[in-house]
Amino acid sequence: MKGYKKGIKYIFMGFLSFCMVLSIAGCNNTKMDASKDRSTSLEIDTGASEDATKMEMWVFVELHSKFYGEMIRRWNQQHPDRQLDIRFVALPYDDMHNKLQMALQSGKGAPDLCDIEVGKFPNFLMGEPQLESLNDVVEPYKDSIVQSRLDLYSKDGNIYGLPTHVGATVMFYNTEILEEAGVDYTQIETWDDYILAGKKVVEETSKSMGVAETNAMWTLSALLAQQSSDYVTDDGKPNVNSKEMIKAMTLIQDMLNEGIIEVCPGGQPDTEEGFGYINEGNVASMVMPLWFMSRFLDYMPDLNGKIAIAPVPVFEKGMPRSVGLGGTGTVVTKTAVDTQLAKEFLAFAKLSEEANMQVWKVLGFDPVNTNLWKNKEITHDEENKFVQYFVNNPFEVLNEVEHEIELIRSLEITPSINNVIGTQVLNDINENGADPEATLNDAQAQLENELGL
Amino acid sequence: MVRLKKILNSQKVAPYVFITPFILTFLIFFVYPLFSTTIMSFQSVLPGQIEFIGFTNYRRLFSDKIFWKAVSNSIKYMVVTILFLIPFPMLFAFFIDKKIMIGREVFKSIFFLPALTSVVVAGTIFRLIFGELPGSLMNTVISALGMAPIKWLKIQKTGFAALIILACWRWTGVNMLYFLSGLKNIPEQLYESAAIDGANGFERFIYITIPLLKPTTIYVLTISIYAGLAMFTESYMLWAGNNSPQNIGLTIVGYLYRQGIEKNSMGYASAVGLILLIFTMGINLTQLRFTGVLKKEEE
Repeated sequence: MKGYKKGIKYIFMGFLSFCMVLSIAGCNNTKMDASKDRSTSLEIDTGASEDATKMEMWVFVELHSKFYGEMIRRWNQQHPDRQLDIRFVALPYDDMHNKLQMALQSGKGAPDLCDIEVGKFPNFLMGEPQLESLNDVVEPYKDSIVQSRLDLYSKDGNIYGLPTHVGATVMFYNTEILEEAGVDYTQIETWDDYILAGKKVVEETSKSMGVAETNAMWTLSALLAQQSSDYVTDDGKPNVNSKEMIKAMTLIQDMLNEGIIEVCPGGQPDTEEGFGYINEGNVASMVMPLWFMSRFLDYMPDLNGKIAIAPVPVFEKGMPRSVGLGGTGTVVTKTAVDTQLAKEFLAFAKLSEEANMQVWKVLGFDPVNTNLWKNKEITHDEENKFVQYFVNNPFEVLNEVEHEIELIRSLEITPSINNVIGTQVLNDINENGADPEATLNDAQAQLENELGL
Repeated sequence: MVRLKKILNSQKVAPYVFITPFILTFLIFFVYPLFSTTIMSFQSVLPGQIEFIGFTNYRRLFSDKIFWKAVSNSIKYMVVTILFLIPFPMLFAFFIDKKIMIGREVFKSIFFLPALTSVVVAGTIFRLIFGELPGSLMNTVISALGMAPIKWLKIQKTGFAALIILACWRWTGVNMLYFLSGLKNIPEQLYESAAIDGANGFERFIYITIPLLKPTTIYVLTISIYAGLAMFTESYMLWAGNNSPQNIGLTIVGYLYRQGIEKNSMGYASAVGLILLIFTMGINLTQLRFTGVLKKEEE
């Protein structure tokens, strides 16, 4: 009897301890499964041999891994003795950046290479960047790369990220609407010209000439850059109430008040509502970076053959007509298994001419290697879907503004500035008709308080 | 081995063995993070540069307009959701519990369905319903009533209303289930004797159901206070991100996320988190003391 009781006791205790182990392991399992569910591990044939160096790379756009996969294949062919094999993990945008931030902060679990979106990039340059400086591997390519795109991912003279595209801002015109109104877009050089043309468009077609943004800063950045100004001062302090800024916001508000432009549905063109609205032929033009081309192909098929690309109008002739906006900087982390190999591969995969050819062909971005812009075989390839879609060739515009592509700096305080402008300032001025100068002064005060200046 | 068995089996030790899993989880996932958050709230935390900065984070916090905007949003949200999410689920539960009610199970499932729907999906659908274009569902409805289309999610009042509607849609069923289980504990005889004494249905609800549901109500109130103040997902999904126009949908947790993750200011975010903890604890402890729950335990 006693033995029987004891047996039950053991079973009971065994069961309890089993539960304990299970509950602890259970926590782990669910966590891992959850992360597995949301990320996609991508099997890409890289043609690597058995003894290739194995690395891991995180991306937030799955298409990018295809591009890198192609570049690994080429690298392995050209460097049979220094082969590498990369396992790609595609994560949702926020997830990937958050995980990377935590991993770098704690020094554990970071991938060897990673894509970082430009808006998030400043976060990774704070403190001592846990990223490898890429200066030495950039050197051979430096002369043919758009310098401002390298500056964007630099801190204290060290380049930490390599750009994917230029993102040069241009004006996209809907030629169908312009023809109906009798406007020749090639004659629009200044904002005064634009306003005159806009009045004609509104009169003849009762459609809008352009759009104002409430949650993005494409037009505003373009207006700021053409006055050679920025959201920050030279020594990195917020500068959102400068006279250039007030001039830019006033221009946008004036055009809104005159009914020439309207607030974009969705708050900016790069949204579902925006695509729909533009596709229906409601607006005659929009200021966007060149990567917006791929959005036309993917989301606005009705405008095929109707969209022309031209430089953005300026306040006064002679001002720089473009600025590089948006982008993805690719980095090598300090914890990478073979930093030198990773760095050299990265430079090859993002800066070489063959890489940039792929950037244009696969991703449809304006490549950072300017040698390519002059290569007519590539730029005027009739088979290319981008060349086919647009009225004129995108590279003609790129070559025209080649030496006018300005930089809007991305610093540690940039996320704060973007936040204040994107959630408050643009809404107040463009949507609610607030006075630009007063609103911008408020924003400046708020930023100074928040940043403890 | 024998000694170990003896110790484990002794009446003094066994209880502690049993509660070890809870204590461990509590220590690892609650006490330790709380402890390190407290320390971090006095620091500036950056990779390779962690320094002690005293009360700077808190000083910045108290003069930070956006933080107070977030606090006021969260408190407003908590109050309004409590006003809707306690009386109505209670009433629905009362009806569904009635045996003469037709289609009880169907209603129960329908009310509970939103809780099973992913917030991501629900948020997206609500965002489209409250879209700013004239073709969105809500704008079609109001234009049928002769009103001009509204940019719902860009205006403080309508945006907040959309948020409340989303919350009510989502949580009514859950709270109703709590009340239903509470109702099951009320003996049928009480209703019968009240009926014999001549009480009508309304009086029975007021004088029997509500008082006897008090423990359930207090429980629902407690979790609603916490859930209201800690709300984040609904707002994040409704505005497709943490940044709503004029911060009309920004909550305390949203602000914590903005500072800690979006601006990589972990120390500052820790201070926000601690303030949230103090708020929630303060309100809930007052509430529990007021409703007499804590007193009972003391006795």
